[in-house]
Amino acid sequence: MITIKDVEHVALLARLELSEDEKRVYTEQLANILEYASVLNELDTKDVPPLTHVLPLQNVFREDKVGEHLEPETVLARAPEREDRYFRVPRLV
Amino acid sequence: MDDLCYTPAHELGRLLREKKVSSVELTEAVFGRIDAVDEKVRAYLFLMREEAMVQARAVDAALAGGQQPPPLAGIPIGIKDNLCINGYETTCASKILKGFVPPYDATVIGSLKQQGAVFTGKTNMDEFAMGSSTENSGFFPTANPWDLERVPGGSSGGSAAAVSAGEAVMALGSDTGGSIRQPAAFCGVVGLKPTYGRVSRYGLVAFASSLDQIGPITRDVRDCAVLMGVIAGHDPKDSTSVPRGVPDYAGSLVADIKDFRIGVPREYTGEGIAAEVRAVFDQAVQVLTGLGATVEETSLPHTKYALPAYYLIAPAEASSNLARYDGVEYGHREPAEDIVASYKKTRSRGFGPEVKRRVMLGTYALSAGYYDAYYLKALKIRTLIKRDFDAAFERFDLLLSPTAPTPAFKIGEKVADPLAMYLSDICTLAVNMASLPALSVPGGFAGHLPVGIQFIGPPFAEERLLRAAYAFEQETGWVAKRPAL
Repeated sequence: MITIKDVEHVALLARLELSEDEKRVYTEQLANILEYASVLNELDTKDVPPLTHVLPLQNVFREDKVGEHLEPETVLARAPEREDRYFRVPRLV
Repeated sequence: MDDLCYTPAHELGRLLREKKVSSVELTEAVFGRIDAVDEKVRAYLFLMREEAMVQARAVDAALAGGQQPPPLAGIPIGIKDNLCINGYETTCASKILKGFVPPYDATVIGSLKQQGAVFTGKTNMDEFAMGSSTENSGFFPTANPWDLERVPGGSSGGSAAAVSAGEAVMALGSDTGGSIRQPAAFCGVVGLKPTYGRVSRYGLVAFASSLDQIGPITRDVRDCAVLMGVIAGHDPKDSTSVPRGVPDYAGSLVADIKDFRIGVPREYTGEGIAAEVRAVFDQAVQVLTGLGATVEETSLPHTKYALPAYYLIAPAEASSNLARYDGVEYGHREPAEDIVASYKKTRSRGFGPEVKRRVMLGTYALSAGYYDAYYLKALKIRTLIKRDFDAAFERFDLLLSPTAPTPAFKIGEKVADPLAMYLSDICTLAVNMASLPALSVPGGFAGHLPVGIQFIGPPFAEERLLRAAYAFEQETGWVAKRPAL
């Protein structure tokens, strides 16, 4: 059963800050959804391979050449904060 | 003028070529309609009025110069706000992307530009395409043009409502579990979810990458075929797009389905399907039988596992895809003391409740100790669902079902109960799990509300879907009905 502690742990992994109210609501809702998902355990899937993609796609290779790309200035212009040719972020440690 | 807004694109193309109407007149008519009704419908997040007029004048100039324009030249098209148009805000209806202006075009946008299409604006949606009602938009909900107290469906609710209300001639949507087909059904228009890999996803903001596809939302089946022909094809920028020739979809529209073998999976017509939807569906079966198709009951035995498996796989992929919204390179950032606090504040204020719920669920399903029990298990169920369809398509050319279990529901009705909301995708999401193409076409009415029927085909059988839907449409004429706005 999912607990408020699990929700707090997952929220940290997902980099979300939840209010006490949200924690309570999500604990209940996630428990309901996971309970609903437990129906999957009715099926024995020991010998069933997982399906990630249906189409028989292969690795796509190309020449290691510079192609079309965005100019650094175009990209940096969209940053919330920048310094010269860098993205600026708050203190890391 | 409203008649012009309700004329399908293939007809408008002829009027433009014969100079019976100009692209400027057509574009003005559509914006006139938007001005008259969008206050009520709220299909659009942003309008592109000025650029639309510039493009319309360019099309008129080309026509005056005696050029034979491509089929979609001068056609006003609404674009779901998770598709990037170079230089125009793209938010996915999320506060976290408010103000984000992409510096490139999605491949489908580039294809439409080459046609000379006119973009009307960006249509509303559930935030990051997560939802079935457009109520999860971070900005405002959209109303159903057939009943303003009801939802247009979702997540492509703005696109479907815009076409239904005459605020666009056609539109693009995206479909991860039913997000094109269910709103098309709720709004009485045509919606096609192509085979996975048929249309490039480059420039589509990712929700669940193994399930997402872009597709057309149109007034009739012919328009659907025309738009599909423009957006389909291989793209080196999307390595999951398939290097395979694009058929002449519009050319495949023959109103003849004699000898078509159509299967009706009993799991899609029984428990959970509203009586009034069932009644419309049964009539549709009669119509198809009358047209010479053989319609027989069949079974997709693992259907009841599709929804729970989907709600592990899609959130898992979403939690990974949405990790990129950290307020560093673009989008919204909340200031904070250190970077982890900034990530947390940015994401908590930027994402709405449903997005957070799915990110939480997906992170949980992928986290240490739960991966095998939830995510891997769901991927194995996905194999069983795919095998069900494979077996069915050995006997049938197409499968048929209702598109959604109910007609459009009331705004607010399901907001507090996520599971009840998820159930409105019960007829559509297994198709995404199996990567199949499926099309919703207006099948009739339940009272004043449209009801859609869904054709499902084997991979790359879009022509067959379009042909069956075309035959049905020609016989029934439901597409001619308009909402009284």
